[in-house]
Amino acid sequence: MAAAVPARASRTRLRSLLGAQPIGYLFAAPFVLFLVGIYAYPFFYAIYMSFFDYFFSAPGAEVVRPFVGLANYARVLQDPLFHLAIRNVVIFLVINVPLTVAISMVLATALNAAIPLRTFFRAAYYIPYITASVAAVGIWLWLFSGFGLVDKILGPLAPNPSFLINGLWAMPIIALYVTWKGLGFYILVYLAALQTIPKELYEASKVDGASPVSSFFAVTVPGLRPATLLVVITAVITGANFFTEPYLLTGGGGPDNQSVSPVFLIYRFGIEQNHPGYAAAIGLLLAIGVLIVSGINRFVLERD
Amino acid sequence: MASATTEMTVARARPVETPGPPEQQKKRSVPWLRLIALFIGALVFVFPFYYMVVSALQRNPNPNISGAFPNPASLSLDNFVAINSSINLVRTLLNSGFFTGGVLLGTLVFGGLAGYALAQLHFRGRQALFYTLILLLVLPFQLLMIPLYVLIARNFGLGDTLLGMILPFAINPTAVFIFRQFFMQLPSEMFEAARIDGASELKILTRVVAPLTRPAILTAMLITFIGPWNEFLWPFLITKRLELEPLAVALANYISTVAQRAANPYGTILAGAVVLAVPVVILFLFFQRQFVESSIGSGVKG
Repeated sequence: MAAAVPARASRTRLRSLLGAQPIGYLFAAPFVLFLVGIYAYPFFYAIYMSFFDYFFSAPGAEVVRPFVGLANYARVLQDPLFHLAIRNVVIFLVINVPLTVAISMVLATALNAAIPLRTFFRAAYYIPYITASVAAVGIWLWLFSGFGLVDKILGPLAPNPSFLINGLWAMPIIALYVTWKGLGFYILVYLAALQTIPKELYEASKVDGASPVSSFFAVTVPGLRPATLLVVITAVITGANFFTEPYLLTGGGGPDNQSVSPVFLIYRFGIEQNHPGYAAAIGLLLAIGVLIVSGINRFVLERD
Repeated sequence: MASATTEMTVARARPVETPGPPEQQKKRSVPWLRLIALFIGALVFVFPFYYMVVSALQRNPNPNISGAFPNPASLSLDNFVAINSSINLVRTLLNSGFFTGGVLLGTLVFGGLAGYALAQLHFRGRQALFYTLILLLVLPFQLLMIPLYVLIARNFGLGDTLLGMILPFAINPTAVFIFRQFFMQLPSEMFEAARIDGASELKILTRVVAPLTRPAILTAMLITFIGPWNEFLWPFLITKRLELEPLAVALANYISTVAQRAANPYGTILAGAVVLAVPVVILFLFFQRQFVESSIGSGVKG
């Protein structure tokens, strides 16, 4: 009894210090460790690496990796391949973002009613999104191969050389592919957002004599603005991140580097050519770019 | 109710001779417009998958328009035999399975514990921890790819190991948010009652919480499953040995090496694509509702 009192007192003191259930630390510990090891530490490691002429070495080997300051950044910013990759991201976004927003908004609005086969449609739109990109790229390779179905249907209208080996068409096809693959997700985002638009707004516009089309532009489009912000920012992040498409669909950023992406360059420089410092600098510049573009989007779409 | 009133007002405003039909016609014509748009959409989304299966089943896929509608008698499984002799479907499927299974296990055990702690346990710094997690998760993978590769493959010597493949995906953060969301909905009185009865936190977790968790586990498993199963970039970087390649990586390597040599390699490529895509599509068709709800939840929370 005498021994139990100080024990209880110290437990109370511990509780007031750590909270009522300090076992929470133990339960959360593996996840915290994971996030530190897989996100936080590599992030600072990337910054560190980008200031060095870093290269891989055998574990335990003593090597000198000279500090180069901002030289990696300076070289990246002057690299014509990096310029090409950024141009490709711009082409990608110019095609992908408007198409994604317009088509998924229209299809979500069309889905948002008691219509036959609703579940079938929703499933159909979602299937490309959940399919492995390697498998989906396989289908597109076949559809757009020089002698494939798309060229056959277009006949004399098909470009020469064919889409995937044509410098003018390679990037637009990648943008179309990513749009096609991701739409199902964005349709669901819009479908969820449509439930938050008050029905009274539609009734009011109907009373005012608005046609379904004009009430779509007067009520639906502005009502979906927060969802559009999410869609645009997600699309920008996707646009900065694509790799599988130039690697597989256009055979390694081809033709003649016309479809290289920043991540493809990170792979090529960082891993194939053993310049991880240079690749880390590309990654950081890209992340800063995404942050700025997302900020601008937020500002533009959340104004007023 | 309000919409019925509006319709009545509109009907009354019309000439007396045509009280019903115009309204009915309008009602019928709108869904048609919707349905046509939806059908065109569905065609664009589903046709490539139909075409994938149909082409994979033709020994030499016919690239003409008629190839999309082949004679059923000419279909064969030859391409599946051919892809299997090139990339050993059983081994690569097993590797995909081990990779996915490891991620699922890590996510369910450690992600579940973390979600529970963040939702129902009171400890100092919980909120700060939660917001730090959200902040960390916006770091893009393209930025982390190179340092992760250096760390895991070079510094830890985990290149070409299953552990090295699993590690960056070991706990799916979206699943942690789903768990947290789920545990927050459980009434805290239930936990208080168990605590007053003298149950330890561990006992509460195993006897009270675990049996209630089934729906959250299902949702978390579904969204976690697709990630590693479909993942290409990371396992591609980390595996050099053929014996460890998951199906997505093996198929991609097959595409980038064989496609240049063969005249019409698409039959075998598409057979591999079918094998890779079908498990996820079947899972999706079975659990459509959970998929849809979880992706909306995770998407809107961003």
